[in-house]
Amino acid sequence: MERKQKRIGWYFLLTATALICVFSFFPMFSALVTSFKNSTGAQWITESGKPWYYNYARMFQDKTFMTTLKNTFLYLIIQVPIMLVFAILLAQILNNKDLKLRGFFRTCIFLPCAISLVSYALIFRSLFATEGLVNSILLALGFIPAKINWLGQTGTARFVIIFALVWRWTGYNMVFYLAGLQNLDYSVYEAARIDGANGWKTFWHITVPQLRPVIIMTFIMSINGTLQLFDESVNLTNGGPAGTTMTMSHYIYNNAFGTGTANFGYASAMSFLVFILVAILAVINLKVGDTRD
Amino acid sequence: MTERKKMSAIQRRLIPSYIFLVIVALFSVFPLYWMLTAATNTTQEVAQGKILFGANLMVNFRNLLASAKLWGAMGNSFFYAAALTVLSLFICSLAGYGFELYHDKGKDIVFAILLLAMMIPGVATMIPLFKMMSKMHLLSTVWGFVLPTVATPFMIMMFRQNSRNFPLEVMDAARIDGLGELAIFFRIYMPMMKSTYAAAAVITFMNAWNSYLWPRVVLTDPNSAKTMPILIANLAGGYTIDYGVLMLGVLFCSLPTVIVFFILQKQFAQGITGAIK
Repeated sequence: MERKQKRIGWYFLLTATALICVFSFFPMFSALVTSFKNSTGAQWITESGKPWYYNYARMFQDKTFMTTLKNTFLYLIIQVPIMLVFAILLAQILNNKDLKLRGFFRTCIFLPCAISLVSYALIFRSLFATEGLVNSILLALGFIPAKINWLGQTGTARFVIIFALVWRWTGYNMVFYLAGLQNLDYSVYEAARIDGANGWKTFWHITVPQLRPVIIMTFIMSINGTLQLFDESVNLTNGGPAGTTMTMSHYIYNNAFGTGTANFGYASAMSFLVFILVAILAVINLKVGDTRD
Repeated sequence: MTERKKMSAIQRRLIPSYIFLVIVALFSVFPLYWMLTAATNTTQEVAQGKILFGANLMVNFRNLLASAKLWGAMGNSFFYAAALTVLSLFICSLAGYGFELYHDKGKDIVFAILLLAMMIPGVATMIPLFKMMSKMHLLSTVWGFVLPTVATPFMIMMFRQNSRNFPLEVMDAARIDGLGELAIFFRIYMPMMKSTYAAAAVITFMNAWNSYLWPRVVLTDPNSAKTMPILIANLAGGYTIDYGVLMLGVLFCSLPTVIVFFILQKQFAQGITGAIK
């Protein structure tokens, strides 16, 4: 009887398992195979007299690709820590039971998550347009002598992307920390206060260590998300000026489906590199999380 | 110290927190408020830095209808997101039910393998999936939109984790009453897991509504309406942008998810944090 039930259990998970195999694992394998093929994906790259690793070697000579790689890591190194620190701080503040209007503040800070990535990218693009509101305000306050072409210069365009990303995702990550803090015994904080620990001390010695598993998880998710940035690059800066703010996914998309430049083999090689990067960074993160015990 | 004095002392100590929170809250809400006002102003007024509501809403609305297939895209977005949500919830909850409540070593290993799929980036599977959909003649169809993300390890994990406390005695009692294993799923599991379904539905619907990369790849027919994110991205694609019209488009694209957010915020928060307990 028991064994018969366990066998029936397999039928329940069959559909989902098959779908994930067909629409995730197989395409991943297929991308690896295509990465050794030519631009149409129909012939092996070696058939045109090139070495089998041609598409991979090409990446490192491709200046645009190296820029997208650099951009991705720039966003990763600057934006992710700023966002996560803000998120933990906000969670810590909002977790205080004495605070009034907690629900209201939480809703406001969480609200940016309710709108799509394309929507917020377009809102920020409009706000930071040369004729946009940000310039009007800064000019009126006398902070800048003339209108800044935010999205037309590499440095400021990258700043706008980072700024927008922090805006969109801080509340999202805060929700994870709030969920993590809810499991914490509030009396620990009371005890710390009686012992004379100030806010900063309790933050570093109680909140952060307790939240470590959640912090690692949000780190992995943020790395994953940053490596796959697409909507913002396309809709906020369109990769510009001159491709200097483009992300890897955006460049891969252009190489696969862009007009005139379609190269399935090369795009697949780059996308397989993204997969490897995601995997490596996730493993590093988990390892770092483990050894601190 | 009286209770009241103690209270006000605590509140006084929290003043920096309040100031910080007010700044962050304003910062979070302002771009959305601005989007609302811009949708009611002319593009010139927007460029002049007007941040109050204007009188141009109907004109913007007419221009939006003239320049884009708004109702078609809204309809598509609703239909696609609803189809994906219903199918995904059914398939993933059934799998989560199977993985947790009938678990044995073999199933645990299969589940661990499925979790690896979480690391596969969408951009990496985009080309093979496009070719696959093209071969199966599913480009520009609801199936083409739905199939790649109808079963996700995240959703299965969410149902699996949340089934952990499901009372096995109830299942045994149902079996004694003569219910089959599938009937237990429909008649007992589904009603008892209502809150998990709600959280899963909110997060799946929002993700589906907001998705951009895959719809752009799979909805290839240039003549038919797209989805809302693609529509507004195209509005911003021209050389001259009418900011009033664009922000009205953004408003239409955001309205359903913002409404869902306000009504089901708790479920949404549960949905994104998923398996964290």
